[in-house]
Amino acid sequence: MSTTEARPPAFQVDRAALRHLADAQVNVELDTGDMILNLGPQHPATHGTLRLVVRLDGERVVSADPVIGYMHRGYEKLTEFRTYPQITTLINRIDWLSSFANEVPFLNAAEQLMGIEAPPRSQYIRTVLTELSRIATFLLFLGEMGLQVGALTPAFYGFRDREHILNLIEAATGGRFHPNFNRIGGLKDDLPWGWIAECRSAMKIVLDACDDFEDLVLGNEIFEARTRGIGIVPAGVGASYGVSGSNLRASGVDWDLRRDARPYLVYPELDFKVWTHPDGDSYSRYWIRLQETRESARMVLQCLDQIPAGPIMAKVPRIIKVPEGETWVETENPLGQMGYYVISKGATGPFRVKIRSASFSNVSILPWLLRGVYVPDVITILASLYFILGDIDR
Amino acid sequence: MAEDTPPDTGDVDVVDEPNPEHDETVAVLRDRLGAGAILDHATVFANLVVRVAPTAWRSAAQVARDELACDYLSFISGIDWEPAPREGDDDSGDTSSPVQPTETTYGATGSAGRWQVFAHLQSTSTHRALTLKTDVDDTSPSVESWVPIYPGADWHERECWEMFGIVFDGHPALRHLYLPSDFEGHPLRKDFPLLARVVKPWPGLVDVEPMPDEPAADDGGGEGAAE
Amino acid sequence: MSALPVLALQLGWGTTLAIKTLIILAIIPLGALILGYTFLLKMMSHMQSRLGPMDPGGFHGWYQLVGDGLKFLQKEDIMPAQADRRVFAVAPAVVVLSTFLVFLVIPIGPDLVVKNLDVGVFYALAVSSLSVIGVLMAGWASANKYALLGALRAAAQLIAYELPLLLAVVGVVIQASTMNLQGIVLAQQNGAIFGFSGLGQPFILTQFVGFALFLVAAQAELTQTPFDMPVAESELVAGYMVEYTGFRFLFFFIGEFGTAFGFAAIAATLFLGGWAIPGVHGTWANILGPFVLFAKLMAVAFIMFWVRFTYPRLREDQLQAVAWKYLIPLGLANILLTGVFKVAF
Repeated sequence: MSTTEARPPAFQVDRAALRHLADAQVNVELDTGDMILNLGPQHPATHGTLRLVVRLDGERVVSADPVIGYMHRGYEKLTEFRTYPQITTLINRIDWLSSFANEVPFLNAAEQLMGIEAPPRSQYIRTVLTELSRIATFLLFLGEMGLQVGALTPAFYGFRDREHILNLIEAATGGRFHPNFNRIGGLKDDLPWGWIAECRSAMKIVLDACDDFEDLVLGNEIFEARTRGIGIVPAGVGASYGVSGSNLRASGVDWDLRRDARPYLVYPELDFKVWTHPDGDSYSRYWIRLQETRESARMVLQCLDQIPAGPIMAKVPRIIKVPEGETWVETENPLGQMGYYVISKGATGPFRVKIRSASFSNVSILPWLLRGVYVPDVITILASLYFILGDIDR
Repeated sequence: MAEDTPPDTGDVDVVDEPNPEHDETVAVLRDRLGAGAILDHATVFANLVVRVAPTAWRSAAQVARDELACDYLSFISGIDWEPAPREGDDDSGDTSSPVQPTETTYGATGSAGRWQVFAHLQSTSTHRALTLKTDVDDTSPSVESWVPIYPGADWHERECWEMFGIVFDGHPALRHLYLPSDFEGHPLRKDFPLLARVVKPWPGLVDVEPMPDEPAADDGGGEGAAE
Repeated sequence: MSALPVLALQLGWGTTLAIKTLIILAIIPLGALILGYTFLLKMMSHMQSRLGPMDPGGFHGWYQLVGDGLKFLQKEDIMPAQADRRVFAVAPAVVVLSTFLVFLVIPIGPDLVVKNLDVGVFYALAVSSLSVIGVLMAGWASANKYALLGALRAAAQLIAYELPLLLAVVGVVIQASTMNLQGIVLAQQNGAIFGFSGLGQPFILTQFVGFALFLVAAQAELTQTPFDMPVAESELVAGYMVEYTGFRFLFFFIGEFGTAFGFAAIAATLFLGGWAIPGVHGTWANILGPFVLFAKLMAVAFIMFWVRFTYPRLREDQLQAVAWKYLIPLGLANILLTGVFKVAF
């Protein structure tokens, strides 16, 4: 049964709890003692308040136990007390670097239950903004993974180029980080005058920035030495842990929800390539995200060429009551597969929302992945898996 | 599905066009687990939801992984079908907080009682998707653990236990995931209150202060009837 | 020296010693300040497409580091409760001491050197390795696992990279036939490139392998990226220095940048000709020498810091592999070739 009776305090490593994960066998000749090191919750490498309790033998990790929940805000409980427009504000903050992308699956679920379809223009604009938020997240990743590995400079370039995207998002929605722009049935507002031309020039900047990152970071021998062969996630193991998105594609799995799942937004009309890499190590995760940034920029340019004129909001009653039903909508968010299982009882707010966030599953593989690696490699692996604490902790 | 006005009442079982892949999935499950193990199934907005008997929970996962190529575990979580605490009337026009119905209904595939555990599996190769549900006994909520089959179930089951109190048999170490180790209670249960509401009950739609040049709004919402 | 011909003064031994000590003690923080401001604050900022400090002092923020230094001096002296108090307090002093000792043999003019040791090169490299003790003391006495990890990494790294440093310099010594730093400078000043004596013979031309080796090894000795595992910012958050604040941290900072200044000066002396300009001798050399040396060492420091801001860091085992498997054989081959060419030509 469970070990609910005798629970050691949170700051101690629960040896019994970790027994099922066999410890890495290091130093079998010299039986050196173990050292327990707390990486976090305040630590520059853990992208927020993630705590990794690692047991070290010298510089090798014997076992690792992530402790999460420092940012747990109880979203699933909160959604039971909020109306749909209020929940849109909340879920912006799950993955705060690509906020727009979090709203899309939830509102798609509500629209499905109501039987409403947003007009084509708003679908296109939603796609453009989703891809822009994907570019913004990935540019930050391309910069800060270099930072985690020791190169100070790419981080600044990543932030600098990301400013263009954030300015675009702010011009359209009013908010750089938390746009809160989606509504059930469409969008809050139309695009401002001249936005499309600005967006085109920003995409050129993004494509140039990707070339820069390819030369500066991917081409650097030391970066390659630090990331090749580090943190290999085999495809089967990754899938069984629920690792998704770029991480799984970097292990060779050809699966992208924009192409393979039930069609959403305007992805069926876009021509894009799904990138995979056979290696599954940290280098390939970086490489995949670089290619996907370029691909997203191209997709944005395609959307901008095809945006139709028209209304941006469907006819929706003033007080939105979503009829009884349940549905599951999942989308390819920048961090991975994000999904909402929405159960509605006909009220103005949902009955139960299960938020399936990508980083939760991505981080759950850490106890398996970190056995036997060096401490610097722990940092590299954390950086390459690219999680956001709000996404893990909800 | 492109309608302008929403349907009046919700249909519990919204069934799309017959889906041969879903039928095949249900047939395989029925074949391997026995006809008595499949209590109900439905296709809801192109998602297949299958409710299995509690004794067949782990074997259903085994069948899904081995026969249906569902190698990807999306999530495992729980549902508490008891009605949510009510915060107002249906007719008040108060849009600041949802007013949940007080009758208990059980969703697309029904339920034997208050608790259910549900999980979503997918196949990375054939892109097949499957939602499995099972009932959990009220008095001693306990369900078989999926950790031997999907190692990723570890964290999902820890979260489900900590939020609902549903114990997973065979889980190696059921301990708190998000909450501190000494936390008492299971927050996602409907009888566990939202603490913000305990501190201050929801005031409803309060009068909105007018802008400097506007006259005071007469019926800018009115006092909420939530008390 | 006991007399400066320029000033025609006869000073006593004690007074001279005091003056020299004060000059060196002034040069170390000044050098650290100049390097820190020019390269760490300004050059790094511009390379990262930002401006760096602009306000303190009015003109491009030149006062920033001075203000930082004063800030550190007025901070509370905190020691961790479980730290080894005496070792904790002494460790920064050991590091700065090794920096001070290096400056004793660097010549800045034909008559301007604190002590013209005949084994100058040997002495400089020997005392520069004293800082390892300081680092280990700091890491152990901090009673902090991160500090300990950093200190152990530092010990392994600094000891490993002593050898390439030494081997790089041996080539120069063979070519100049002396270990005396003043002699090495004079050999470069009076030498000739294929008969053309206008530029002298800076040893970088023949000892380019040695120069590269020296720069790489010096980078590692200073624990700068790509060899900054001991201070890996994104992992150990300042490594062995993590528990130090206030003036003790200031000592470490001055020690780090002062040693960078010193190593750049040594590199300029060994490979670029030091204070010498071909054709300038006597009093003019005494006056211009310091400025010439300063210019050359800033050029060397530019390269060192440029590499620091560009490359990611090597992992500890990769770092050791670079030292033992690549740099040392390269250094040995360099010595062999230099010896052969010295005898042949």
